[in-house]
Amino acid sequence: MTLFLEQGLNGLQYGLMLFLLAAGLTIVFGVMDLINLAHGSLYMVGAFVAAWLVPITGSFWLALPGAVIVTALVAVVLELGLLRSLYARDHLSQVLATFALILVLNDAMKMVFGSDLPLSAPEALAGPVALPLGLQYPAWRLLIIAVGLLLALLLYLLVEKTRVGALVRAGASNRRMSSAMGVNVPRLFTAVFAFGAALCAVAGCLLGPLLAVQVGMGENILIPAFMVVVIGGVGSIRGALLGALLVGVVDTLGRTLLQRGLHIWLPPQWSSAAGPALASVAMYLLMAGILLWRPQGLWPVRGR
Amino acid sequence: MRGRALLAGAAWAAALALPWVLRAAGADFYLSLASRILVYAIAATSLNLLLGYAGMVSLGHAAFFGLGSYASAVLLSEGQQSLALHLLVTLAVTGLAALAIGAVSLRTRGVYFIMITLAFAQMLFYLANSMKGWGGDEGLRLRSRVLLPFGADLPDGMVLYYTALAVLAACLAGLALFARSRAGLAVRALRDDELRAEALGLPTFRWKLCIFVMAGLVAGVAGALGANLQGYVSPNNLHWTQSGTLLVMVILGGAGSLWGGVAGALALLLLEEVLAAYTGYWSFWTGWVLLAVVLFAPRGLAGLVRRRE
Repeated sequence: MTLFLEQGLNGLQYGLMLFLLAAGLTIVFGVMDLINLAHGSLYMVGAFVAAWLVPITGSFWLALPGAVIVTALVAVVLELGLLRSLYARDHLSQVLATFALILVLNDAMKMVFGSDLPLSAPEALAGPVALPLGLQYPAWRLLIIAVGLLLALLLYLLVEKTRVGALVRAGASNRRMSSAMGVNVPRLFTAVFAFGAALCAVAGCLLGPLLAVQVGMGENILIPAFMVVVIGGVGSIRGALLGALLVGVVDTLGRTLLQRGLHIWLPPQWSSAAGPALASVAMYLLMAGILLWRPQGLWPVRGR
Repeated sequence: MRGRALLAGAAWAAALALPWVLRAAGADFYLSLASRILVYAIAATSLNLLLGYAGMVSLGHAAFFGLGSYASAVLLSEGQQSLALHLLVTLAVTGLAALAIGAVSLRTRGVYFIMITLAFAQMLFYLANSMKGWGGDEGLRLRSRVLLPFGADLPDGMVLYYTALAVLAACLAGLALFARSRAGLAVRALRDDELRAEALGLPTFRWKLCIFVMAGLVAGVAGALGANLQGYVSPNNLHWTQSGTLLVMVILGGAGSLWGGVAGALALLLLEEVLAAYTGYWSFWTGWVLLAVVLFAPRGLAGLVRRRE
């Protein structure tokens, strides 16, 4: 039972971080119709800048906003300098250009910072916390969950309840109509892109101590983030949250509980071979199944 | 038109002469690079059929490349060296896989299709990783090669080079014929407007599945050639970054033009080779070159040649 609870929390934590990436990805995709493969690279930039700022500022909590601001600025430069000229192009050109951006940003980080940097959680949050049911749970992961939930709530309110959110949603369901209604689309796009990058940076800073800050970390999380986007339905924030939690929990439980489950049902030489393979494909199976059942994702944006 | 025919003729002549030129210049080392380019050119051409001609963006094409390479590697590890057997098994394995994956994936479109093809390829990647008997995550080293009929008369590396060249020539000839045929017209019609094509009475699903399987078969043959060339297969042959590389080659070279896959494979692999000789940051500069192509040559490298006329 405690194992189940612990892994459930791990899944929630991973899912919420995936949501931070997927939210930006799905809005950029839904509103600007841009496939941005370099989204994960912004997450990497955020983590590297944070790891660089911690020794300089002497505090994680000063480095975090610094990294968020720097990443958002990088995003603004990218949007104005390159991505803006890609909105009108077909998806293939966008794929090639943003793939090129991955290569450039990866090596740029390597040139400036080296291929990896140490980043650890603040001293005070390094230990475990006692939870009910006798569960000892790492304080850092608990904090990630809290921040993730808070940001998810804020994002939900922002998108669903504010004027800016209404503009973004209008853009997601009908871009031409919303620009005909007088929305300053270029400025909205820049702002949305920077905002998405800021969310990536937060995820990068928070996950850095758990997953290591290194070149290529962006590609590792890009695929799960894209899966979240299509599971939820392109352009849908609520869908992204649902998809992120599903992917996070299925992946985490798959990795830990599946093997134990198979041990009960199968002879050990089978289960130790099939367990890891099944665990690795659990989230892909989940996505394939959902897309066959609902080809537009779980919670598609209306009007598409 | 004549300029293009001349260019193509010169390219083929150069490709035919290359091994002997390299041998004369004492630069045999580059023959394996040239063979690798041919293998990737075949795989990229097969993806070009899927992507450029039929409009299906697959991010799982490495699945078939990898399956082909594993089919050949596993047969060799069982001591089977007959060309006919290798061809038969490779085609059977990749064809059945493409039929199954295509039948499921083609129910979706657009980015959903991209992701579902990726998912199937990743599942095979993890499957290959867990196959302990066939090398698992360490891959499988080949102790022998497929026996090719004219192998005895040529030095070692040349056999594979000329085989790959012949396969590539056959693929390009097939693609050119296809593009001009009624079938090619039908497929391009459904690429440009699927709804309208369906309204005209085209069985669009069947056409798409057919193309998907064809592309898978050719990629499988490329994979088998690649395995024999490298003398080694690993699960990385199936990884999504491999699919991504093929995709980048096709878009870079020019999706939907006959030479797109070849141009892309040639450009990307040569670029890597040259840059890696001068700098450790070769992917940085490759990235800038790719960006320049996107911005200034929207139809890819093959489009540059075409536009000049």
